[in-house]
Amino acid sequence: MARLNYAQAACSGLEQAMTADPRVIAMGEDVGRGGIFGQYRGLLQKFGPQRVIDTPISESTIMGAAVGMALAGLKPVVEMRVVDFALCAMDEIVNQAAKARYMFGGQGRVGLVARMPGGIWSGSAAQHSQSLEAWFAHIPGLVVVAPGTPQDNHGLLAASIACGDPVIYLEHKELWGVEGEVGSEKVELGKAKLLRSGKDLTLVTWSRTVGAALEAAQKAESIGRSVEVLDLRTIWPWDRDAVLDSSRRTGRLLVVHEAVRSAGFGAEIAAEVAETLGVRVKRLGGPRIPVGYSRPLEEEARLSAAGIFEAITAFQ
Amino acid sequence: MKGASQNPTERGLALYRSMARIRAFEDAAEEASKGGVSAFGAALSQDVMVRGPLHLSTGQEAVPAGVCANLFRTDMITSTHRGHGHTLAKGASMEKMMCELFGRATGFNGGKGGSMHIADFSVGMLGANGVVAAGIPIAVGAAHAVRIRSGKEIVACFFGDGAINRGPFLEGLNWAAIHKLPLLFVCEDNRWSATTATSAMTAGPGALARAQSVGVDGLAVDGNDVFAVDAAAGSLLATIRAGGGPKFLHAVTYRFKGHVSVDPATYRDGQEVARALENDPMPFAEAKIGAIEAKRIRDEAHAEVKRVVEVATAAPWPKSDSAYTDIQDTGAGRWLA
Repeated sequence: MARLNYAQAACSGLEQAMTADPRVIAMGEDVGRGGIFGQYRGLLQKFGPQRVIDTPISESTIMGAAVGMALAGLKPVVEMRVVDFALCAMDEIVNQAAKARYMFGGQGRVGLVARMPGGIWSGSAAQHSQSLEAWFAHIPGLVVVAPGTPQDNHGLLAASIACGDPVIYLEHKELWGVEGEVGSEKVELGKAKLLRSGKDLTLVTWSRTVGAALEAAQKAESIGRSVEVLDLRTIWPWDRDAVLDSSRRTGRLLVVHEAVRSAGFGAEIAAEVAETLGVRVKRLGGPRIPVGYSRPLEEEARLSAAGIFEAITAFQ
Repeated sequence: MKGASQNPTERGLALYRSMARIRAFEDAAEEASKGGVSAFGAALSQDVMVRGPLHLSTGQEAVPAGVCANLFRTDMITSTHRGHGHTLAKGASMEKMMCELFGRATGFNGGKGGSMHIADFSVGMLGANGVVAAGIPIAVGAAHAVRIRSGKEIVACFFGDGAINRGPFLEGLNWAAIHKLPLLFVCEDNRWSATTATSAMTAGPGALARAQSVGVDGLAVDGNDVFAVDAAAGSLLATIRAGGGPKFLHAVTYRFKGHVSVDPATYRDGQEVARALENDPMPFAEAKIGAIEAKRIRDEAHAEVKRVVEVATAAPWPKSDSAYTDIQDTGAGRWLA
């Protein structure tokens, strides 16, 4: 075990994968300097510029080249800097990476990890603050991962590199400095983590919202509401069994995410649980507004522990 | 494909054979596609063999034939939506391609791709592509992978004149140049971007000048002269194989048919088309190798195509279960929730 922050935890997961398998390479803007969040620190020194590749600001070609590398037998981990910039590479993600294996009838696989830090990033406004997991979850062929802790960022990155599918890997930009104990335990894709047991309500969330959700659940305990909290961790394939099992026991499901509530991934989870179990479902997500720059505007887009607590108490 | 013999006569015959097979394939595919798509005023027919948009490379055969004659089987290519010629010239099975166009289980892609997504990884054909210029970054990545593992292969990237107006064209050229990748860019310039003349949509002196502006040098060549394409590609590829970094081949040819097979292309000037037909690469090459040999090769190609159409017509359809395979391993089976 080591005490690492969220960025260091990912870096150490990547370092282990690169040490174990020479086919794993890292590529993107500024990765040689360690990445703008330090999530690649030290890798250039250890593996050299052949495997830690600085690229031009060419998102289409970063993603497209990663597809070509994967088809030619490598396992690229590519950096998109922020999820908002990955939109410059949507053709390469959606039409190429996600489709190649199928379109070519199983000739070639596109095993790659596309890291695209998401979420609200203080004061960085509308083009650096989006949570777009639902977009990618909608595309057959893609795996979508959103780690919420240093341990998960370590283990899920390793699992993503190993899985052989194209993985959209959504780190949260406000979690980089968060510290935690990180061990070598494996973290499986598609498995939620039970963070808190409860009997009155199931709260499903992921990424940075996990912290606020736990705080709200704690507070709810003081007024006699027992809330079970699940960190989904993998958005697709989401842990349907765990969510159904918990919702069946508690009879209520609340899905909470930072992404815009309308057509957010919470809608998918809530609909599936309601269709399958007939239990009551609610969603809490961001308002359908761009994230504003000024603090009072940005606050409108954020979820808070108080807001989540309110949603819990209102869900009778 | 690059063979042992460099005898000029045999090479000429091989080049002509490569072109003749493409021409025969395209003609047969065109015939089988009539009624395959409702566009350009054409109506959809239910019993058509080749469904959907079919982009024919008829008239452009000299470019893939001339370039691929200089590639080894282990070299890789990426192609375009108009990719049958590249696929055949790279050595892929005509039968498996026709089966794929017919949507059969025995096609290269098991019926999952069709004409626009033909691929044969066994000969280094990394895929046609339904998106203009999308093959360029993929070729860059394949060439970069070769560099990383210190391989000897090169990658040839085919794209059309329309692609030079997309961003990935500049991105890919720049990337290949800064990393000195073993990559040949081949602009197969048929002068039409779908139904619009590329000249009307393209500023400046053109494809090669754009490549040269980022330090990727190359050659412009008559893309209807298979011998000229062969010579130019051979010279550029020799430089690339010697470690000279990426090069560019601009081959000007002409698209004999419409954008898709059912497009009568009435938007084109009749005189332009007539002039282009006079420059048909097939008789041009025939004049060099002789009419008797040319006819023999064409007859062989027609016989081969006739056979593969029969095979494809009788080939089994994919089982509906296969719609659910080759998608992803993580979460496989979770198709509905």
